[in-house]
Amino acid sequence: MTEMLSGGDMLIRSLQDEGVEYIFGYPGGSALHIYDAIFRQQKIEHILVRHEQAATHMADGYARSIGKPGVVLVTSGPGATNAITGIATAYMDSIPMVVIAGQVPRDLIGTDAFQETDMVGISRPVVKHSFMVRDASEIPGIVKKAFHIATTGRPGPVVIDVPKDTTDPAETFEYNYPDSVNLRSYRPAYEGDMGQVKAAVAAILEAKRPVFYVGGGVIQADAKDSLRALVRAVGAPVASTLMGLGAYPGTDELSLGMLGMHGTYEANMAMDDTDLVIALGARFDDRVTNNPDKFSPKAKIIHMDIDPASIDKIVDSHIALVGDAQWVIEAIWAEYQSQVKARSVQQSESQAQYLADWWQQLNGWRKDHGLNHGLKPEQGKAILPQLAVQTLYRVTKGEAFVSSDVGQHQMFAAQYYHFDEPRRWINSGGLGTMGFGLPAAMGVQMGSPQAVVACVTGEGSFMMNMQELSTCLQYGLPIKIINLNNQALGMVKQWQDMQYGGRHSQSSYSDSLPDFKTLVEAFGHVGVKVSDATELDAAMEWAFSEENKKRLVFVDVWVDPHEHVYPMAIKGGAMRDMILSKTQTSGSSS
Amino acid sequence: MRAILAVLLENEAGALSRVVGLFAQRNYNIETLTVAPTEDHTLSRLTLTTSGDQDRITQIIKHLDRLVEVVSVINLCAEEHVERELLLVKVRAVGDARQEVKRSADVFRGQIVDVTSDTYTVQLVGPSQKLDAFISAIGDNGEEATILEVVRSGVSGMGRGNRVLSA
Ligand SMILES: Cc1ncc(C[n+]2csc(CCOP(=O)(O)OP(=O)(O)O)c2C)c(N)n1
Ligand SMILES: [Mg+2]
Repeated sequence: MTEMLSGGDMLIRSLQDEGVEYIFGYPGGSALHIYDAIFRQQKIEHILVRHEQAATHMADGYARSIGKPGVVLVTSGPGATNAITGIATAYMDSIPMVVIAGQVPRDLIGTDAFQETDMVGISRPVVKHSFMVRDASEIPGIVKKAFHIATTGRPGPVVIDVPKDTTDPAETFEYNYPDSVNLRSYRPAYEGDMGQVKAAVAAILEAKRPVFYVGGGVIQADAKDSLRALVRAVGAPVASTLMGLGAYPGTDELSLGMLGMHGTYEANMAMDDTDLVIALGARFDDRVTNNPDKFSPKAKIIHMDIDPASIDKIVDSHIALVGDAQWVIEAIWAEYQSQVKARSVQQSESQAQYLADWWQQLNGWRKDHGLNHGLKPEQGKAILPQLAVQTLYRVTKGEAFVSSDVGQHQMFAAQYYHFDEPRRWINSGGLGTMGFGLPAAMGVQMGSPQAVVACVTGEGSFMMNMQELSTCLQYGLPIKIINLNNQALGMVKQWQDMQYGGRHSQSSYSDSLPDFKTLVEAFGHVGVKVSDATELDAAMEWAFSEENKKRLVFVDVWVDPHEHVYPMAIKGGAMRDMILSKTQTSGSSS
Repeated sequence: MRAILAVLLENEAGALSRVVGLFAQRNYNIETLTVAPTEDHTLSRLTLTTSGDQDRITQIIKHLDRLVEVVSVINLCAEEHVERELLLVKVRAVGDARQEVKRSADVFRGQIVDVTSDTYTVQLVGPSQKLDAFISAIGDNGEEATILEVVRSGVSGMGRGNRVLSA
């Protein structure tokens, strides 16, 4: 027997049938029929945020951490426009998300009605796709397509704009949720080309100084096991993008850490000197390559990506592999095994020698200018932000989910917290959205209630979405917020120090900061302020102690406001061109 | 390099705006654009001319292909093809120029589709360069012939021989 349901009920039923656990949202006029449908069911829990931007970041953090699409519901007009930043954030990092926006009734569309905005139009450049419901009967089919598009191929956010009258409880329709989708115009590649796979393996076997350049695509495709097997078989170093951290274990000896603008010395030097770049699920972002004309000048480039449009966009590849990262990496591994077997003893020995020489070079770089992971608190000295992250790493045994915002603190977190597993580092890499960290951490905690979730933030970023402290209380989210408080928009200040003669235009507010401890207490949480390096350990231990297991704790760490993030790429240079400290540079300009 | 991109698009509301938006967003230029449903009413066919070096054209094609509603896309210029554009031009012509305009229209195999005592409306079909040539030929007739109005359909085209763009 088919059921008769209203548009609003069909929408919610479709989400249930899609296996949705949570909707992150905020109500308003155009969405009220949908909200009533939510009220009359139990399967899906709605999480009421305090600002729609936070709903999108929560859904995003949820999606990044567990690999399922995040679902957002907002009302028309301001609800929809508030969601845009979060949609754009998800789009830039290819995060699967479905955003349902209320819309004014169909007969009012185009009349500048109250709270009308052209959501499909406004979101168009920052969505993978969007739908406008023209007739209530289309709702189940549209929801099915939206989830299919959001989660397959290169994932991304999909918007569904729902005019209020299509959810009217007065009208009912036969409800059937489709089991499959067939879109003739949308068939993302899955399998790669075997000819290219063979060519890639031949290149790997010929290389003397190969390097893996691993991005977020490997994490999205859940390809960590294949990646690890391949890397270990080849024995080449791994440089990870900001988005790829954790795909390969950060503490493994083959890991060079992060590459790019604030990447490690050894990772960037390796990229510059390599004769073979094996780029997996990475897109040659300008924050990685520095000047693309000077990128890896001696290297052959293998580029694997799910999105053909990423290939040859910034840097021309010699061997292009379009396909699912899991499929392609496994195919490379299998092919590698068979080509290795076919080699002569002599070939194997000479390659082993090349690799040994390469590692000697890499280890030399690491020794010369690698990051110091053994910082110690010094009495009477300002707290180094790096030390705060190191302490967090130690206290959480490297097992926490860590979200971050944007700025110096973000780079310190990426450099000093080592991620041994994918989906643990939750960060707005592409759009660089301040205000992402707290709500993203909340989404992570919703998806993994038992997990330890930390948000490494800066006081500037934190204040962009701090209203969500209230949501945290409502849902009992025991997030640990580590605020690297440098009393300034530190990253902006760093650029101003380096490029604008130290003129700190609008990057400071040190005389008007709130007392964060009191602030979080007002929201019903607990906090601690640390300004002495010798108190850092105890404060961090306390934050993660049994006593605080169920509480949100805010650790306000007053760090050295003069600290800069190093290494830092020299603008317009090659990857070896880096500023290493306030007095040292490397590369051609040194 | 000039490219003529032939695109099959789901005939759905909003699909065209995605194509046009893509060009604006990625800083690609559109020189001409035509669109209409095909014999299969679920599909629209769009022909778009643009220019850029090979890398740019390749990127444009990849990005078009990435749009969910784009079913298929090719660059007609990559192989032998037929291209046509329709021109309507209204010319003010008096005195000796009336004969001149008529003659030019004949030479270019144009048709006069409307006449008044001091104007002609000429219709011309052909590749874009032929239309350009006709417009400048008419413009060369001095004071007695002036172009009052021009409308061009934009380029449409197809591959030659057995080459077919299908869904
Ligand atoms: C929404 C938004 N606005 C502006 C910026 C530009 N921006 C990048 S880093 C930064 C400073 C961040 O300050 P804070 O959060 O305190 O971090 P810090 O660099 O001090 O560690 C700014 C303003 C941004 N990334 N996002
Ligand atoms: Mg700051």
